[in-house]
Amino acid sequence: MSQPPALAVFPSPPPIDLARTLDLAGYRWKDFALGDDAIRHQPDGGWDGAVVMCDDDPDGGWAMCRALRRRDDPVGRVLVMVAGSQLPDLELRDDLFDDFCLAPFHPRELEARLRHMFWRQMGPDAEGLVEYGPLALNPATYQASLGGRPLDLTYMEYELLKYLAQNPGRVFSRETILSAVWGYEYFGGARTVDVHIRRLRAKLGEEHANLIQTVRSVGYRFGQSRWSS
Amino acid sequence: MLDQQREYVLRTVEERGIRLVRLWFTDVLGNLKSFAISPAELDNALQDGMSFDGSSIDGFSRIQESDVLAIPDPNTFEVLPWVDQKGAEARVFCDVANLDGTPLHGDPRQVLRRNLRAARDLGFEFYVAPDIEYFYFAPPTGGPPVPLDQGGFFDLTSADIPTALRKETIRTLETMGIPVEYSFHEDAPSQHEIDLRHTDALTMADSVMTFRFVVREIAALHGVHATFMPKPLEHIQGSGMHLHLSLFDGENNAFHAVDDPYNLSTVAKHFMAGLIRHAAEITAVTNQTVNSYKRLVPGFEAPVHVSWARNNRSGLIRVPVPKRANPLATRIEYRSPDPACNPYLAFSVILAAGLRGIAEGYELPAEADANMFEMDDAMLEKLGIQQLPQSLSDALRTMESSSLVADALGDHIFEWFLRNKRAEWRGYKTHISQFETDRYLRSI
Repeated sequence: MSQPPALAVFPSPPPIDLARTLDLAGYRWKDFALGDDAIRHQPDGGWDGAVVMCDDDPDGGWAMCRALRRRDDPVGRVLVMVAGSQLPDLELRDDLFDDFCLAPFHPRELEARLRHMFWRQMGPDAEGLVEYGPLALNPATYQASLGGRPLDLTYMEYELLKYLAQNPGRVFSRETILSAVWGYEYFGGARTVDVHIRRLRAKLGEEHANLIQTVRSVGYRFGQSRWSS
Repeated sequence: MLDQQREYVLRTVEERGIRLVRLWFTDVLGNLKSFAISPAELDNALQDGMSFDGSSIDGFSRIQESDVLAIPDPNTFEVLPWVDQKGAEARVFCDVANLDGTPLHGDPRQVLRRNLRAARDLGFEFYVAPDIEYFYFAPPTGGPPVPLDQGGFFDLTSADIPTALRKETIRTLETMGIPVEYSFHEDAPSQHEIDLRHTDALTMADSVMTFRFVVREIAALHGVHATFMPKPLEHIQGSGMHLHLSLFDGENNAFHAVDDPYNLSTVAKHFMAGLIRHAAEITAVTNQTVNSYKRLVPGFEAPVHVSWARNNRSGLIRVPVPKRANPLATRIEYRSPDPACNPYLAFSVILAAGLRGIAEGYELPAEADANMFEMDDAMLEKLGIQQLPQSLSDALRTMESSSLVADALGDHIFEWFLRNKRAEWRGYKTHISQFETDRYLRSI
């Protein structure tokens, strides 16, 4: 997702702390007094989530939650805020929210909880999983797997494999790979690329070593050529 | 990039549930040393190093300045592939430094780094590919070693244990990012050879340390003893570690020349001349045990004479014919080192000898393609062919007068090594062997 998540917020207007926290964290948000208004004014892709304060006006707050949730296409990632004395209200309402926070809230706690709810969109995972056949690379966790089993790589091996796997079928020269993965200032020269490719092939094992193909007198290609069927 | 590497290592430790991180380093004699830290300590170790008592490590430091720092090299971080029920473990090689962060003179890895920097200043990156031989024996009992098989060269008996061990070893090495070029059963019983694919010398020295550890570890898991002793059996060829060497100048192999009959460049010839001129001086480092010199005898394909040839396995340097005339594969093979050496120090002195040849423009002597085992001394002298040192004592005496070796190793290691090895020689010299008892006790 290129845009930051869009949040519906209750009450309207929201407390200044809440508005500031959401602004600082970079969310798009709009406040509503009524659930129907929130639905009517939803953005094109729908709401990505909601922050609903139930501490001052619990009835209005829970009504907002119901309006967002009890639809054919319910809004996900709803965070509610309740006062400590209202914790029993959460019981039997588990379907109406995804996370909660005690009011008065601490801005950093709220920010952390929201970030966690939205980490798939906001986090470093934005690059997304790189997958090719049995190989999967997760840039968010730096982890690689082959046929579902962890593949242990050094940092440079990981970066090299990621670079190649993001562009399957494309042929790269050693110089291109070297400057993209190691940076221009790296001394080892283009032999470094060959040496790391061999190490990667060894780790991929006999069965999968051919994921990385040598293209004679040019460089390397990951996966099948785009021109062959 | 260093920060990203640290981040990567810390994240991997977390994601893979690593329970222990083993910090690896090497003492002056080439023994792998290790201490383990918990994942919680790793962040700190990567930033500032871990201090430990260096005086407990052979050759590291003097008692009065005993505390040193192990600084993990994050690029060498590898999860150890053998399964531990209590949780995975990882290893990382360390550079050893003084508390102020300056390189420790006693740390072989730092010595190799220094020599590689000297090569880099001339525009060269040093590449090494070793062919490592070793034996599998029944666990030692104090008696003579017992070979596990009686297989010959390229023997293909599928059921034998050593071959299965070798395969498992190769799988483990490859999982740890150490690519294997070839492997086979050598022509001696229970002797095996594994050839590693070439890489930069620092990575290769680390790989040799990992290699020896993995070979022994996997053998031990199956109740077998693997040994890198240079000459374990009297009448059978010993174990060498032939080193295939090349210098790269960026993408180009600086040893390759299109217009030479052997495809050897001037740089390659000067490098070879450097090795030939200084071979005797560096032999104590490449062959550092009393036992090493029992391998360097005529009749076993081990070199005895300081010479070179294209295809003569009795020579010190061989120039292999590259496959498919691949310019990247042009290289020379230095055949005297054995797998009991300290790879960091051996690569250091070999590089220094070769670079001296380039710097001074040494002239390469003529090729010696006859079998020198069949030549008598007069003939050898006529051809100007020297012998390698005949014993550790010989080698040490030659090394002692070598400013090249002193410069390459640094004064600290140079002096410590001579002291330590002299003591080893004294111990050997005063030992009364079975040979003497059998020969003299009754008859004299």
